[in-house]
Amino acid sequence: MAEVAERSAPPREAVMAQLAELRRIAVVPALNEEATVGLVIDEIRRFDPGFDIVVVDDGSADRTVAVASERGAYVLRLPFNLGIGGAVQTGYRFAFERGYDVAVQIDGDGQHDPSQLPTILEPVLAGEADLCVGSRFAGGAGYRSSFTRRLGIRLFARIVSAVVRQKVTDTTSGFRAVNRKGIALFAADYPHDYPEVEATVMSVKHRLRLREVPVEMRERGGGESSITAARSIYYMTKVLLAIFVGLFRRYAVPLEEEHHR
Amino acid sequence: MTPLPVSIAAAVASFLLLVVVFELIRSRRLRERYALLWLLTGIVLLALSLWRDGLNTIAGWFGVETYPPAILGAVGALFILIVLLHYSTVISRLSDQNTILAQRLALLEQEQRESAPTGL
Repeated sequence: MAEVAERSAPPREAVMAQLAELRRIAVVPALNEEATVGLVIDEIRRFDPGFDIVVVDDGSADRTVAVASERGAYVLRLPFNLGIGGAVQTGYRFAFERGYDVAVQIDGDGQHDPSQLPTILEPVLAGEADLCVGSRFAGGAGYRSSFTRRLGIRLFARIVSAVVRQKVTDTTSGFRAVNRKGIALFAADYPHDYPEVEATVMSVKHRLRLREVPVEMRERGGGESSITAARSIYYMTKVLLAIFVGLFRRYAVPLEEEHHR
Repeated sequence: MTPLPVSIAAAVASFLLLVVVFELIRSRRLRERYALLWLLTGIVLLALSLWRDGLNTIAGWFGVETYPPAILGAVGALFILIVLLHYSTVISRLSDQNTILAQRLALLEQEQRESAPTGL
């Protein structure tokens, strides 16, 4: 059961030394985040200048693309809004086709703190997990959010934990690290709107090893949350349906270099 | 009162609808997003078929005394209208996106021609 790592902060030097050997990329989905995406890029570079950064612009109407390009990040500009799932998958496709060994996913709104990257990278680099998710509820400090969103987060944590037979506390976290296996899976197949819940289930069904580690998240730095109360109820229904139907699907173990192109 | 064979037939038909929709989702030929309305249709029709007293009561509200199953047909037609309207909005969105894609592709091809050494 106890899959939530109870370890203290990972030895930063060890993580950095292992990282230096690997091709590594940060996938940053962004929708109208001109106020924060630049800071996110700067902070990732401050943590490790060797990280390549790909910002996936999901049809922003502001200067998100310009801000990210000025800082020399790769920018994938989607021709129209695909939703967070389609945006994130674009980033993983890029990572897959360019042969990256490890990818981290960090929201462009600044709620994920790149200085906590060693925490989520450590289990992946140590070969203990294929997918490591930063959880707000696995021991870290509190997190404020709207009532429906918190309710949804709790509900999904229960359901997902039961489905994957492993304790999961934060199924909506988009702060995560994956190895090459995870990159390949997400490049080939990634759920659509409100995707983190389904992605968690899908990964375990594909026999990827999942680990959750406690992280603290910040208040959103700017921009607007894309999820309103009415929509979250719709999404909850949709995701519950997806999880239920998913129980009746058969899943293959992904081969590292199979598929698509 | 609704004739029993009508109730049975309606229940079987709506149950089959639910099974088919489920299988389409499972085999990934139908996305959850577009399945929700169909599932709702199936569930409501199944409920009205099985809950025979309820169907009579609802028929009574609308002054349908002679043949309560007419309500089943009306509810079914209403849901079909909703699904069709939903699809119209989906098609409109797809066609807008298609236009944008075509335009982006044309711009991209032109850029590629400009940067190609020999030209096409």
